[in-house]
Amino acid sequence: MGFKESCFKKSLWVYHLSAGSCNNCDIEILDCLTPRYDIERFGMKLVGSVRHADVLLVTGIVTKKTKPRVIEVYEQAPKPIVVIAIGACPCTGGIFASGYNFAGPLDKVIPVDLYIPGCPPKPEAMLAGIMKLLNK
Amino acid sequence: MTKEIFYFLVFPGLLFAGVLGGFLSWFDRKITARVQFRQGPPLFQPLYDFVKLLAKETILPKYGSPLTFLLSPVFALAGATLAAVFILLPVLGIESGFSGDLLVIIYVLNIPSVTYIIGGLASGNPLAAVGSSREIKLILSYELPFLLVLTSIIIKSGMTINLREIIDVQIAQGANIGSLSGIFGFITILMCVQAKLGLVPFDMAEAEGEICDGIMIESSGSVLAIYKLVKYIMFLTLPALICGLFFSGLELSGINILWSILKVLLVVLLITLIRNTNPRVRIKQAMRFFWVWMNLFAVISIILSIIGV
Repeated sequence: MGFKESCFKKSLWVYHLSAGSCNNCDIEILDCLTPRYDIERFGMKLVGSVRHADVLLVTGIVTKKTKPRVIEVYEQAPKPIVVIAIGACPCTGGIFASGYNFAGPLDKVIPVDLYIPGCPPKPEAMLAGIMKLLNK
Repeated sequence: MTKEIFYFLVFPGLLFAGVLGGFLSWFDRKITARVQFRQGPPLFQPLYDFVKLLAKETILPKYGSPLTFLLSPVFALAGATLAAVFILLPVLGIESGFSGDLLVIIYVLNIPSVTYIIGGLASGNPLAAVGSSREIKLILSYELPFLLVLTSIIIKSGMTINLREIIDVQIAQGANIGSLSGIFGFITILMCVQAKLGLVPFDMAEAEGEICDGIMIESSGSVLAIYKLVKYIMFLTLPALICGLFFSGLELSGINILWSILKVLLVVLLITLIRNTNPRVRIKQAMRFFWVWMNLFAVISIILSIIGV
């Protein structure tokens, strides 16, 4: 593992994309920033623009309306980028899988690196998942 | 010739100011985290951020001017390095500088802000244009009190416009912060530096929750990395200027190294605490704050220094 890769793993800047979620996973993501979990210990921080991002967090089912936007945001992000599906909805569709506006799980739309299931997943689960991905 | 190149690239210039400024930006983030009862990032976090950004893809704007967009961080880096050299050489006491270098410093300190504006406008993004317009208004606000404080310092040190002579006067007669006019001037210049560094409460040009990082919105990869390096350098340069103007400079000999480090850390600590205890103000409020209150403080400082208090 080179120096560049180790720097990449120690400084992940996170961009949060809500594709059509019920806001529950979003609140759990914000919990990761609080003093109890404090993801800045690992060098992660939330950024406002997708051009700065290293990680794309996607929450919620991908609806027919948001599908083109999700693809566009993914194409706007500078590569290499890690895509993480947070919650049951982007992983499989969850309870909305048979909905009329469901446009397929996230990995049918853009390539996904990490799935964190749960409704919503706990902050510990997100941190454990990201650590497993980084130490792969 | 080799000495000048060494000055600009290694010792008080690019390398030294970049490394020490990176350390100060880590200090700022760590203090912020401790204020919020968090753990904070590791010591080498600024290095990790910088190398990671250098290795990432750089995306050029489609509806803008790619050449200007790529050149503006380079000019910002050149301006910041020039400012670091012109300020750190006299403040550290390596060279005495030239007569009137304070005037050059005033101009050179503005180059990074102006290049942020040009880079933001060249990216062709409407939110970047909003950020650039706010940065222009911010420059118009903080420049006048900054000049007035420098006038007060110049009057106090017997009409000299050489930074090294100002420091020598302070070493002979006691630091400027010890007098009443110095205290008024210090409060004013601290606020101006806060705005020059683009930190809360004056970070409306790159408000990330509101206009998604504003002037930086389109910059990615190495463009953003060089902007970060410029921010690191300015984070050392401006507190060093305050130390030179109010705390009788820095010295690099014996036990004085410890005092110099403590002086710079004290100024950075004050900046960080202001940033952590205030919300972001609107641009209108910032302009009113600088034009009314800070100008008033600076004028009081000038009057007091003419009286000799």
